[in-house]
Amino acid sequence: MSETPVDPDEVRHTADLARIDLDEDEVERFAVQFADILSYFDALDDVPEVDAEADLVNVMRADEVRDGLSQEEALRNAPETEDGYFKGPSVS
Amino acid sequence: MSVDAFITEETIQGADDGPLADRTVAIKDNISTAGVRTTCGSEMLADYVPPYDATVVERLKRAGATLVGKTNMDEFGMGTTTETSAFGPTKNPVDESRVPGGSSGGSAAAVAAGEADVALGSDTGGSVRCPAAFCGVVGIKPTYGLVSRYGLVAYANSLEQIGPLAPTVEGAAEVLDVIAGPDDRDATTREAGADADYASAADGDVEGLSIGVPTELIEGADERVVERFEATLDDLRAQGAETHEVSLPSVERAVQAYYVIAMSEASSNLARFDGVRYGPETDVDGNWNDSFAQVREEGFGDEVKRRILLGTYALSAGYHDKYYAKAQDARAWLKQDFDEALAEADVLASPTMPVLPFELGESLDDPLQMYLADANTVPVNLANLPAVSVPAGRADGLPVGFQLIGPAFGEREIIRAASAVEN
Repeated sequence: MSETPVDPDEVRHTADLARIDLDEDEVERFAVQFADILSYFDALDDVPEVDAEADLVNVMRADEVRDGLSQEEALRNAPETEDGYFKGPSVS
Repeated sequence: MSVDAFITEETIQGADDGPLADRTVAIKDNISTAGVRTTCGSEMLADYVPPYDATVVERLKRAGATLVGKTNMDEFGMGTTTETSAFGPTKNPVDESRVPGGSSGGSAAAVAAGEADVALGSDTGGSVRCPAAFCGVVGIKPTYGLVSRYGLVAYANSLEQIGPLAPTVEGAAEVLDVIAGPDDRDATTREAGADADYASAADGDVEGLSIGVPTELIEGADERVVERFEATLDDLRAQGAETHEVSLPSVERAVQAYYVIAMSEASSNLARFDGVRYGPETDVDGNWNDSFAQVREEGFGDEVKRRILLGTYALSAGYHDKYYAKAQDARAWLKQDFDEALAEADVLASPTMPVLPFELGESLDDPLQMYLADANTVPVNLANLPAVSVPAGRADGLPVGFQLIGPAFGEREIIRAASAVEN
């Protein structure tokens, strides 16, 4: 069905790189869907190289102090805080 | 609420006076509103309340607009139907068994149902134009750099622009007049186009206008859509426009290039959702990596996971050159094709969507089929160009959208041409 078969282990490895746990159902389903989608992407192989000059300029501003978020505002959406800091899992 | 256009309904009063003083505006829920939760249609941000306003929201308030709520959307903008929202689907006001399109489906539905006078959406690969087409309203995707993205929660930042939806071309252009222009908080905004008066371009005068029609964007379309498209071209010719066929061979690779680039950017942009600074409270154990991975498994829906994983894959060692680098080549090729076509025409025209609005639930199981529906909208984002979708009547009772594409910062040209479609 697909020219680019995708191994469930490859899905698990990519999910690990992307820091997303997947259950076994998701791994199986994604492996099939990814095979379809990646074979479709294979059509990019024959895209010609184009001589394109990027139309880019640096955008700078003076390095002045501006108002930012207060500590309270910055912490307001955190699920857990402690003593004015974000709280994360312990470093093991 | 009959069509479920809103995730949060809350009135925010703007200034007493201004060009939008009598106007109600609905805001897509990926655009930050100070003090009003902004969910991006995701469980991950279900309780997120931004401490600041997006630049566009600031400008709307200053222009006197009354904000009426935050509209439903595909999760983080990833979808073409608004069905990937964690808050359930929105119905199409024209036919409630159909999707409103996406990802700004709530914004289009709110305008079509009369629940807001106008709305803001965001368009990464068609997310303003698709729902505009499916709901029978007008939607504008501005040139990249015309409208500030400050406060827009990023999905694929090299592609996306905030744009207006309204019942009429002039109404959408009036909102564009308010939100357009440089912003020192978004370094990708440009001076060009800032002083243009967009609403005054909606004068319906297409005498002598040259319209190029890319054959590749007609070929795969549903014949009922093509019939409405051809009838609209006839109508524009009767008003004095000239039309000719053009060929854009690169658009045959646009959907592939779009998805590779958008997914790659998404995999990087969405790395910030780690459950520490914002996100759901979870009962997790283990180290940082274990904890992030659990929060992201719970907080993200299927389509978001799919795109993050495929983007991670496309950027990973051994695949970067095959996918990401080739997609960038395709993007450069597209820009070149559009430049050539627009050297011989004032604007280009195509159906906005090659299909009529899907039935609710029809397309959730096959992501690739869904991606293919974006064939006519994604080339515009890859080429950084402006485009508008304007209603072109109905087929089998369902709205058909007519897309006009202009040169960079050529919003006045496409607004003028689109206003003639309304005649």
